Amino acid sequence: MSLTYLEAIREAQYEALRRDPRVFIYGQDIGEFGGAFKATKRLSAEFPGRVLDSPISEDAMVGMAIGAAVEGSRPIVEMQFADFSSVGFNQIVNQAATLYWRTNVPCPIVIRLPSGGTPGSGPFHSQSMESIYAHYPGLVILTPATVEDAYHLLLDAVELEDPVIFCEHKFLYYHLKADALPTSTLPIGKARIARPGRHATVVAYSAMVHESIRAAEELQQDGYQIEVVDMRSVKPIDTGTILASVARTGRLLCVGESFPWGGVTAEVISRVVADGFHLLDAPPQRLNSKDTPIPYHPNLWRAHRPTAASIVAELRKLLKF
Amino acid sequence: MTAARVLEEKLASLYRAGGRIVGGVYLGKGQEAFSVALGLQLSKGRDIFAGLIRDQAGKLAFGEPMLDATRTYLGSALGPMRGRDGNIHRGRPKEGLPAMISHLGSMVSVVAGMLMSRRLQGRLGDAVGASAIGDGGTSTGAFHEGLNLAAVEKLPLIIAVANNQYAYSTPNNRQFACANLVDRAKGYGVEGYEVDGKDLLACLQVFQHAISRARAGHGPQMVVGSLLRLGGHGEHDDASYIPDTIKHSEHGRDCLQLAEECALERGWATVTELAALRESSQKEVDRALAQTSREPSPDPYKESWRALATSALVDEEK
Ligand SMILES: Cc1ncc(C[n+]2csc(CCOP(=O)(O)OP(=O)(O)O)c2C)c(N)n1
Ligand SMILES: [Mg+2]
Repeated sequence: MSLTYLEAIREAQYEALRRDPRVFIYGQDIGEFGGAFKATKRLSAEFPGRVLDSPISEDAMVGMAIGAAVEGSRPIVEMQFADFSSVGFNQIVNQAATLYWRTNVPCPIVIRLPSGGTPGSGPFHSQSMESIYAHYPGLVILTPATVEDAYHLLLDAVELEDPVIFCEHKFLYYHLKADALPTSTLPIGKARIARPGRHATVVAYSAMVHESIRAAEELQQDGYQIEVVDMRSVKPIDTGTILASVARTGRLLCVGESFPWGGVTAEVISRVVADGFHLLDAPPQRLNSKDTPIPYHPNLWRAHRPTAASIVAELRKLLKF
Repeated sequence: MTAARVLEEKLASLYRAGGRIVGGVYLGKGQEAFSVALGLQLSKGRDIFAGLIRDQAGKLAFGEPMLDATRTYLGSALGPMRGRDGNIHRGRPKEGLPAMISHLGSMVSVVAGMLMSRRLQGRLGDAVGASAIGDGGTSTGAFHEGLNLAAVEKLPLIIAVANNQYAYSTPNNRQFACANLVDRAKGYGVEGYEVDGKDLLACLQVFQHAISRARAGHGPQMVVGSLLRLGGHGEHDDASYIPDTIKHSEHGRDCLQLAEECALERGWATVTELAALRESSQKEVDRALAQTSREPSPDPYKESWRALATSALVDEEK
């Protein structure tokens, strides 16, 4: 049996609905239609009344989920695209993220964000929002890079007592396949060594893990062994695993697909510099998308985001320093 | 009504005296009849009441302890918000009292979600949820999204619109262009009512009807009460932008005074009884404030400084 990243998300939701009667899913076109990407295919038939079509109201979708969580439900909200979560931003960062801290009542909701770029999607169907949400206290931000994590992190997210922003990458939906799902993975908050190495560390998450691995494979031909760390969760950050890797390699490149100003890559580098300056043999570097909206045409799009080629170029500079 | 008025008068004087109240004070003077008529007819333990900034009267009637108000205003560590949030931003979500966030309009969908969850769990029964809003708050996208969603789901939601003619300093004619806010009900496919928000009996009747319609499964109900805020937006504001002609018009009459006059006229209470009510309210307020004053303030060294319920998930940044 082989399973794609998207199918893993569907299977995780199936399993969450099966295991826990408190779970329901809410989003646009997710019922009988099965969702814009089919992440809820057949679920409304398998779990009648628990996979519900919503109006195009991201603010109210999230507000509704928060209210439902207060009353003991475990809602999963599907945003049709991560980009549209900006309309629900207020409920996410001001209502969901503050609820527990203000009232002592936990807010166990999961908001799924189909994230990241695919060719031809343009400025409003390609965004990566993890850095924005990570900025706010009270949210957990997960960024699965593998089929296994898409499945297990989503199931773990549903079980968590806190609001989770689940950034699933659309580029991985169909490309990424696994033969079978392992019975368990690392817990939320733990990073993973996706590829061991000793000459430099690349810290990446989501689709950028795969670009980084391809870059590492290319540099291997020149005799470099690049370690790739898959963050898995960008909040909390597993600083310990990252520092341990930098201790082995002495060099750090952090790669993210979101915009360059601030964000996850800046946060990782600031932590490594603060806590592991003595471990570094070269100034730590980061690579993000360009500082423009995300272009539509594939020629422009490929040049806008980090790719294996641009990661290789960046690593060569770092290795020569 | 009387207890809310006395409490708020006391909070205002504490605010003016300075020192004990940190942050602003926002009062419901002139809106007690509309608020209490709703709160009184909901029952805690079954229903949900998401009051906003001018709902002291409704919250007390619903069953929020007076101490919740004094503790939140004075920042007692023992209050429901424990110094983490203040004044009107308080609540006990598990007891049907969602704690409003400042962003107007955003509690509507939360109440809808609370009702949805109960329905999904098969324990909605004949509960209703009420969400208060002002004339200004109805202009938000969140209000529209929330009410539309509730209407689609045919949830037993009561929307209580207190149209006090102003949103902070902005008059109705800069806020919306429809002739009357209640006209919107039709557009949402919900039942709508208009009432003189100063008239306690009329408010009681209209909410009784709306609540029974919602309980009976007729979906959201929108009640628009017209009234005037008898004071500033908050105690920092002298409301000089409200023309005297409006203040001295029929709109500007005090609903508490009107209710007292009505009770006297109909022989439901005597002057002595009304005076006694005021006195007992005064005592209740004094007791709550005295108790709150003796309580500890939040201690930054004992504060957990953690925003997540999952204590194991700590971001390691120092
Ligand atoms: C979304 C949002 N924008 C702005 C504010 C600031 N604000 C607080 S109260 C208020 C006026 C509200 O007017 P209305 O809804 O009519 O209620 P009223 O104060 O008259 O009771 C404003 C603008 C806010 N709380 N939320
Ligand atoms: Mg108003």
